[in-house]
Amino acid sequence: MTKHTSSVPAPPRRRLSWNDPSTRALLYQVIVVGIVGFVVWYLVSNTLHNLSVRNISTGFGFLEREAGFAIGESPVSYTPADTYGRAVWVGLLNTLRVSVIGIVLATLLGTLIGIARLSKNRLVSGVASVYVEVMRNIPLLLQLFFWYAIITENMPGPRQALQPLPGVFISNRGFLMPSLQGDAIDWILGGFGLAVVLVLMIGHWARGRQAATGQIFPLGSVAVGLLLALPLAGWMAGGAELAIDVPVLKGFNFAGGIALSPEFSALLLGLVIYTSAFVAEVVRSGIQAVGQGQWEAANALGLPRARALRLVILPQALRVIIPPMTSQYLNLTKNSSLAVAIGYPDIVSVVNTTLNQTGQAIEGILIIMAAYLTVSLSISVFMNWYNQRIALVER
Amino acid sequence: MSANPSAAPMAPRARGSRLAWLKENLFSSPLNTLLTVLVAWLLAMAVPAMLDWLLFDADFTARTAQECRQAQGACWAFIAEKHRLILFGVYPYDEQWRPLLATLILIGIMVCSAIRYFWKPWLGLLWLAALTSVAVLMWGGVFGLSHVENDRWGGLPLTLILSTFGIAFAFPFGVLLALGRRSHMPAVKSLCIIYIELIRGVPLISLLFMSSVMLPLFLPEGFTIDKLLRAQIAIILFAAAYIAETVRGGLQAISKGQYEGADSLGLSYWQQTRLIILPQALKVVIPPLVGIFIALFKDTSLVVIIGIFDLTQAAKAAIADAAWRGFSVEAYVFIAFIYFIFCFAISRYSQGLERRLDKGYQR
Repeated sequence: MTKHTSSVPAPPRRRLSWNDPSTRALLYQVIVVGIVGFVVWYLVSNTLHNLSVRNISTGFGFLEREAGFAIGESPVSYTPADTYGRAVWVGLLNTLRVSVIGIVLATLLGTLIGIARLSKNRLVSGVASVYVEVMRNIPLLLQLFFWYAIITENMPGPRQALQPLPGVFISNRGFLMPSLQGDAIDWILGGFGLAVVLVLMIGHWARGRQAATGQIFPLGSVAVGLLLALPLAGWMAGGAELAIDVPVLKGFNFAGGIALSPEFSALLLGLVIYTSAFVAEVVRSGIQAVGQGQWEAANALGLPRARALRLVILPQALRVIIPPMTSQYLNLTKNSSLAVAIGYPDIVSVVNTTLNQTGQAIEGILIIMAAYLTVSLSISVFMNWYNQRIALVER
Repeated sequence: MSANPSAAPMAPRARGSRLAWLKENLFSSPLNTLLTVLVAWLLAMAVPAMLDWLLFDADFTARTAQECRQAQGACWAFIAEKHRLILFGVYPYDEQWRPLLATLILIGIMVCSAIRYFWKPWLGLLWLAALTSVAVLMWGGVFGLSHVENDRWGGLPLTLILSTFGIAFAFPFGVLLALGRRSHMPAVKSLCIIYIELIRGVPLISLLFMSSVMLPLFLPEGFTIDKLLRAQIAIILFAAAYIAETVRGGLQAISKGQYEGADSLGLSYWQQTRLIILPQALKVVIPPLVGIFIALFKDTSLVVIIGIFDLTQAAKAAIADAAWRGFSVEAYVFIAFIYFIFCFAISRYSQGLERRLDKGYQR
C-alpha cells in the first residue's frame, strides 16, 4: 500500500496493528471510499425519488422521439421532424466546425502576434503587446456579446452592406464570401490531397536517406512545387473550368457564395481573437526559452539563418510550446460552449433546448459531458502523441 | 516578421540622439522600415477614428436617447444614466452604499493579500473578517440594516463576491485534491484523478447548468438551495480542479530529499505536509495561482447564462431598457473597461511577484 512496505523484504509475519502504516492506509482508504460511496448513494437515491415524484422516466429513449424545434444552421440536413438524437448530432457537428476553424485561425494569428511581440521593431512589438494585454484581460463572453452587438446592431442591412474586398460583404445578416464552384473542385481537392500524401512520403524517405548518407534533400522547394502543381493538374484534368460564385443581392437578402451567420461570425471572431492572445504568449515564451547559445552554435556550424531556425531553434521551441498549446486548444473547444449565450446552435445550446422540452436533465448533462470529454481526450491524446514524437530523446 | 531572438536582449542604446533610437528601433532594415510604415498607417487609420468615437464626438450630457443619437460618437450619457444599475444591479436604490462598501472591502482585502507585509498567519483571519462583513452588509437583517434577499444582489459586488468566495473556498479543497492525487493510497489517488480530470474535461457552462438543473434533484425533497449559492458551488468545484493541478505542479517540484528529510525527523504525514512540503510547494505556484484567480474572475461572467445578475447581466439589463435602445456597444465597452482594470492590475502584480520570488533562485 505505501512505499514503506515495498522496501521491506518480506516481513516474517503480518499482524493487524495500528503501528503498521499499511494497515492504517487500508483503513483510511476504506473510510474515504465509504464516505464517497455513501454520498453518491444518498444523492442517487434522492435523485431517483425526486424523478419518480416528478414523473420523469430515466433513460436515453427520448433521443428517438421527434425533436420539433428548428436549428438555425446545420452542416447536415435537419428538419424539426427529425429526432432529438439527430439534433444533438447537429449540435456536436456545429461545435466541431467552429472549434476546428477557430483552432487553425487562432494558431496562425497567435503565432504571428507572438513573433511580432519579439520583434526588434518597437512599433510592431508595442502594438502586439497592447493587443495581447487587452484581449486576454476581457472576459470572452463579453467579447462575444460585443461582436454580436457590432454585427447585428451596428452593421448596415444587406442593401447597404459593407464591401471591404470585392465579393466579400458584411451586413447585419453576417459575412458573405465568394465560393468556388464547378466540376473541377473535386479534381483540385484530389490533387491537393495527393500532393500532401506525396510530400509526407518524400519527407519520410528524405529523412531516412539523410540519416544514412548525410545527403540533404531539398524538401521545401519540392513540397511547394508539388502542392502547386498537382492541384493545377487536377484543374486541367477537370476540364479547366472554374466558376466563382459571388454573392448577389436578391430582394432583401443575398444569394450565392458562402454565408456565415452573425452568430457563427461573432463566435468565431471572439474565440479567435481571445485565444490568439494566449497563443501569442505561448509562442513568445517558447521562442524565448531557447538559449542564445543555440543560435550562436548554429551560426558557428555555418548554418544559414533560415535553416538554423528550422533545424535548431524551432524543434527546441516546439518542445516548450506544445503542452501549453494543447491546453489552449482544449480551452478553445470548451469555450465554444459560450455559443449558447449568443444563440449559435452548438451542442450545449441544442441539449439545453432538449432538456427544457423533455425534462431529461441528467441525460442531457451526461451527453454534454460525454461529448466534451471525448473531444478533450482526443485532442490531448493526439497532442501527447505529437509531444512524445518531438520530445527530447535522452541517452 | 522580424523576430530576432539572436540579438542580445538589451542592445546598448546610442544615447543622446533620438534619431539614432528611431533608426535602430524602427528603420534598421528595409523589412523593418516597411513594417513600421505599414503599422503606422494602420494606427493612423484606426486610432483617430477610435478617439473620435470614444471622446471627441461622444455625448456626455444628453438627457434623452434621441438627443444622444444625434452625436456621431459614443453616448456616454447612457452610462451616466445607467451606472447605478450596471454597478449595483437591482439592489434597493437607497441602500446601495452597502454594496459599494462591500466592493471596497473586497478590493481592500485583495490589495492586502498582495502586500508582503500582510503575509502572516492572521491574513486568514483578516479574510474571514472581510468575508463576514461583506455578507452582513449585503444581506443585512442585523445592526439595523434592512434585510435584502440575494436575488436582488447584482453588478460589480456580485462579480467580486463570486470570484473571491470562489477562490477562498476552492483553494483548500484544491490543495487537498492535489495531495490526494500525489497520495500512495490507490483508492484516494484514483478518486482524486477522476474528479480532477472529469471537471477539467468539461466546460464551466455545463457545470453551471448542472448546478442549476441537477442540484435540486440531488437534494432531498423540500430542501432547496438558492440560485446564487448553486452557481457559487459550481464555481468552487470548477476552480478546485484547476487549483489542484497547479498545486500538484508545485508538489512535483519539491525534491525527494525534502520528504526523506522530514521522514527522518520523525514527522507524521500531516506534520511534514504542513511544515515542510506545502510552504515550499505553494511558494512556487503563487504566480500560476494568481493566473487562476484572473481566469476565475473572467469566468464569473458565465453566470449570465443561468440568469444571475452579475456585472455582465446588469449591463445587458441596462441595454434592454426600451427608452435607451441601441447603446449596447457603449455598455459593453464600459464593463470591459472595469474587467480590464481588475485583470490587468492583477496580472501586472503577478508578473512583478514572479520576478521578486525568482530572486532567491537567481545565481
